[in-house]
Amino acid sequence: MTKAFAVIEIVDLYKYYGERRAVGPLSFSIEAGEIVGLLGLNGAGKTTTLRILACDLLPSSGSVRVNGLDVVESPHEVRSLIGYLPDTPPLYGEMTVRAYLHFAARLRGLSKADADKRVPEVLEATALAEVQDQLIASLSHGYKQRVGIAQAIVHGPKLLVLDEPISGLDPVQIVEMRELLRSLKGEHTILLSSHILSEISETCDRLLVIRDGQIAATGTEAELSAKLIKNQRIDVTVRGDEEKAKDAAGAVPGVVSVEAIDATEGGEGVIALRIESEGDTREAVCRALVTAGLGLLEVRRGERELESVFLELAGAETTDGVSGGAKKKRAGKKGAKKTRAAAGEGDAGAKDAAAEKEDGSGT
Amino acid sequence: MRNALLVAGREIGSYGRSLLGWAIGAAALLVEGLWFSANGLSGSRMSADVLREFFNGASGVTMIVAVLMSIPLLAGERERGTLVLLNTAPIRDVEIIAGKYLAALAMIGLVTLASVYMPLLIFVNGKVSLGHVAAGYAGILLLGSAALAIGMFTSAVSRSQVMAAILGGLLLAVMVTLWLVAKVTEPPVNGVLSGMALHHQRQFPFMTGVLKLENVVYYVAVTYFFLLAATKTLEARRWR
Repeated sequence: MTKAFAVIEIVDLYKYYGERRAVGPLSFSIEAGEIVGLLGLNGAGKTTTLRILACDLLPSSGSVRVNGLDVVESPHEVRSLIGYLPDTPPLYGEMTVRAYLHFAARLRGLSKADADKRVPEVLEATALAEVQDQLIASLSHGYKQRVGIAQAIVHGPKLLVLDEPISGLDPVQIVEMRELLRSLKGEHTILLSSHILSEISETCDRLLVIRDGQIAATGTEAELSAKLIKNQRIDVTVRGDEEKAKDAAGAVPGVVSVEAIDATEGGEGVIALRIESEGDTREAVCRALVTAGLGLLEVRRGERELESVFLELAGAETTDGVSGGAKKKRAGKKGAKKTRAAAGEGDAGAKDAAAEKEDGSGT
Repeated sequence: MRNALLVAGREIGSYGRSLLGWAIGAAALLVEGLWFSANGLSGSRMSADVLREFFNGASGVTMIVAVLMSIPLLAGERERGTLVLLNTAPIRDVEIIAGKYLAALAMIGLVTLASVYMPLLIFVNGKVSLGHVAAGYAGILLLGSAALAIGMFTSAVSRSQVMAAILGGLLLAVMVTLWLVAKVTEPPVNGVLSGMALHHQRQFPFMTGVLKLENVVYYVAVTYFFLLAATKTLEARRWR
């Protein structure tokens, strides 16, 4: 079997802002066709890494190759291969969507004829056709984010580098953006950063968790969970006798504890159990419950599972199952920085974030 | 060159669509008109003196217009977060600078051209040579070009437009007032300072209709120096 071609290959990358190390040592590679999520707390080095890949910043040391081309030696060629969306889309509010995309296409090297042909295709692909003649300044945040994606793909790049593409979107827009990103898979290799855990999990093939400028872990959500969470949690809803259900589930090898919790759905005899187990026991538990004559209504993994993995890997302090990191995530990106500094977690991260804000880019 | 023209085209469109572009142009013409009316059309004067006085006022206005137009070119893009679009596109920093410079210079040229009716009014009751008019306008455009390059440099080093405006204004004021410093210094320093001054010694010959090659070379050199400095500043920011 031949190894897939690495579109991104980063080896021992370091980036310093003055004396302070923002990234490094960082090494990872991404193969053609993958959608990979870069996950980390604010100030972890996500944006710096993405900006180096997009040739917006130069590395202090190490090797960063895109499609075999070094970003320091051949920045011009690398930029032609990349579509980049920073966390604040670089939009000219006074231009119409179509004029802006046409300008972006020409800027990335397309001829006028090619740009004339390509722009309508991109408008269609990103569902922007209906607003193509509107001024960008008049668009909603969700549409602006779409225009940001459109400018990144307008020249048909091999690699898409998207910094927080979902940030600030409402739930409907998040679903639309997720569908858009999925539709781009295959045509492009995609590296995206986010602090919205569910988006990383649902959109990406693989996660790279970054902490203090280094890769803390890599793998799928399930792999990371398996590595890091000793006791997995599953919530089961059944119809039948509670004691009988507890006995049946508790008898399954690997199950550590079974407790009754409030059922999310009503109905006669409906009960819910929270089961902690070593390893994945979902199949065995379901089999035991059905064999015991109970009506199996719902099985799902504990909601906090991925978040727990992320917080543990990202290095956030946790207390009572609710971490400072989780609070920060819920508070939003800017609020997170304040929360972190105020919590005395160490202001290094907040400083990282501020430094990464250079040139108007975020963390 | 293709990329520079692409950037220039977008910038010209942006000036045209922004209130600021029109406001600056209108204000410049208003001030030049008032200056011409107050200093050129009052009392009896020689036609050549009226024309010289018009160019004197127009040169001051052009310097201010050049700095104002240069402020948003880089600092404004950095503030809005749009500079990253250019920084991550396969175009060179020198093309970004050249494109923006050409666009702003075209706008300055347009505003300057719109004032041409004032010198032509002199022909109603007086007589001046067209060569004098042409030399005066050449001086204004060269001065505008140099002031624009100074403004672009301060715009490149500044994080905000306010900072760019302050720095640009200060640097321009220093460059203009060097001749005053020259007056209180000894030779040969005073000669050097006087020669470096942006307006006084260099612009006066143009106002009187004298086109000297050394003055043309001076303005071209100042323009080149500050545009190069702006380009190197853009390049250096990637290493930060």
